Amino acid sequence: MTAAVPVTLTINGETLTRLAEPRETLADFLRRDLGLTGTHAGCEMGVCGACLVMLDGVPVHACLTFAVQAGGGAVETVEGLSESAVIADLQRAFHERNALQCGFCTPGMLVTAHGLLVRKATPSREEIRDALSGNYCRCTGYEAIVDAIEAVARRRAAGETAAAFLEEPA
Amino acid sequence: MKARAFSYFRPATIAEALAAFAEAAGDASYIAGGQSLVPALALRLQAPERLIDIAHIPELRGISLQDGSLRLGALTRHVEAHDDPLIARYAPLLALAAPHVAHPAIRNRGTLGGSVALADPASEFPAMMLAMDAEMEIAGPEGARRVPAAAFFQDLYQTAIEPGELLVAFHIPAAHPQHRCAFDELARRRGDYAIVGCGAMLGLEGGLVEEARIALLSVGPVPVRARTAETVLAGGVLDAETIRRAQAALADDLDPQDDEQVPAAMRLHLARVLLGRLLGRIAEAS
Ligand SMILES: Cc1cc2nc3c(=O)[nH]c(=O)nc-3n(C[C@H](O)[C@H](O)[C@H](O)COP(=O)(O)OP(=O)(O)OC[C@H]3O[C@@H](n4cnc5c(N)ncnc54)[C@H](O)[C@@H]3O)c2cc1C
Ligand code: FES
Ligand code: FES
Repeated sequence: MTAAVPVTLTINGETLTRLAEPRETLADFLRRDLGLTGTHAGCEMGVCGACLVMLDGVPVHACLTFAVQAGGGAVETVEGLSESAVIADLQRAFHERNALQCGFCTPGMLVTAHGLLVRKATPSREEIRDALSGNYCRCTGYEAIVDAIEAVARRRAAGETAAAFLEEPA
Repeated sequence: MKARAFSYFRPATIAEALAAFAEAAGDASYIAGGQSLVPALALRLQAPERLIDIAHIPELRGISLQDGSLRLGALTRHVEAHDDPLIARYAPLLALAAPHVAHPAIRNRGTLGGSVALADPASEFPAMMLAMDAEMEIAGPEGARRVPAAAFFQDLYQTAIEPGELLVAFHIPAAHPQHRCAFDELARRRGDYAIVGCGAMLGLEGGLVEEARIALLSVGPVPVRARTAETVLAGGVLDAETIRRAQAALADDLDPQDDEQVPAAMRLHLARVLLGRLLGRIAEAS
């Protein structure tokens, strides 16, 4: 018996139930079934970090988790983190420092950075590099990305909030 | 590639999990964090009919100190090994090894039980269980039993866990304040599996080594206790000469094989370098 089963998840604050085959990864579930394509699928082996999402408050690989395993849990994707503005300052800093080129790795980088800064308010550059050890960027290199994350940590420590960096509506 | 189709079951108790496995007539896999199993399923190295998700069984959780022994539920995550104050104090080798295991997101989901049940010879936690003389609590259809680490790791990916049995918890003799621990590994890149890794736990009393426990990973099909090097250290002073003799003694403890990446002689050399560093670090700090 391998038919699709109902999976209930809270995704970006909204609780929903969908049928999913047990073998469907959370990455495919988000992208295919829910159209949340901000979560990227690269290696699908846990190596590149493009698929990271927050699951119950911590970054995990959506390619290394079946959607059914996450059932009952709360997922935040890069879309949810963007819309709630908790990473607005990170996004702005990536932009300002050219911390991306093609952008394929960027959602995973942002989720890693967010997860790191939740755990540790002002990490050292060494700690930032260590946290990024599971994120591959094939275009940019890591210097600008580390710079961006470090800058945000400093600004937050100085009392600036993430939401203050929301883009002005056009 | 995607996993072959399977059915999914989420038991709430150990008894339910064991029954579900029995019902599948062996064509089932337990899944804990999935950080090794999901890639194996995606590559179709394994294709069980049924997946039994043990991640929601409360009996497999918990970190507590009982009668001088630390009990860690099999579902203790890598990140908890890194962060938990009881582990830092009473099983420091786990806390020291944790940052070397994979990447942060993998450590958020990977469990100690999954790592030790898999028994990858390049994994950090199995070797540390050996260094700490941990006992593995295993539950099966015939009830529960305990297996000491020295008898647990049997061959490449082979442990004392029989098909269908569950690793329930680790029982680790609590480290004393006189214990000095160190862990390090040589890897090509942060988060990669180690070319060689080592954990050392020394009981120091009045400048003398009362007790020495050393285990290495990535030096053969199973984690290895460096019993000869331990004997060299025990009862003596931790000075440069003793450290040199312990390094030399590793030749009797290790029997690495040549592989495509590293010749056996180089692996032995690297193990000696690593042991020297760890013992030097402990000597300097005490
Ligand atoms: C990119 C990458 C890098 C990695 N690097 C490292 C590394 O450097 N060092 C390292 O040690 N590991 C590494 N890993 C593996 C990772 O640490 C896994 O988390 C760990 O080996 C398995 O734990 P898990 O809970 O995810 O187990 P799962 O993947 O769920 O299970 C692994 C195996 O153990 C069995 N199992 C799980 N729990 C139990 C139990 N309680 N009783 C009986 N059987 C059980 C399962 O049936 C399965 O066969 C890496 C993984 C990835 C994807
Ligand atoms: S797609 Fe998940 S880590 Fe590469
Ligand atoms: S910006 Fe292209 S992969 Fe990182």
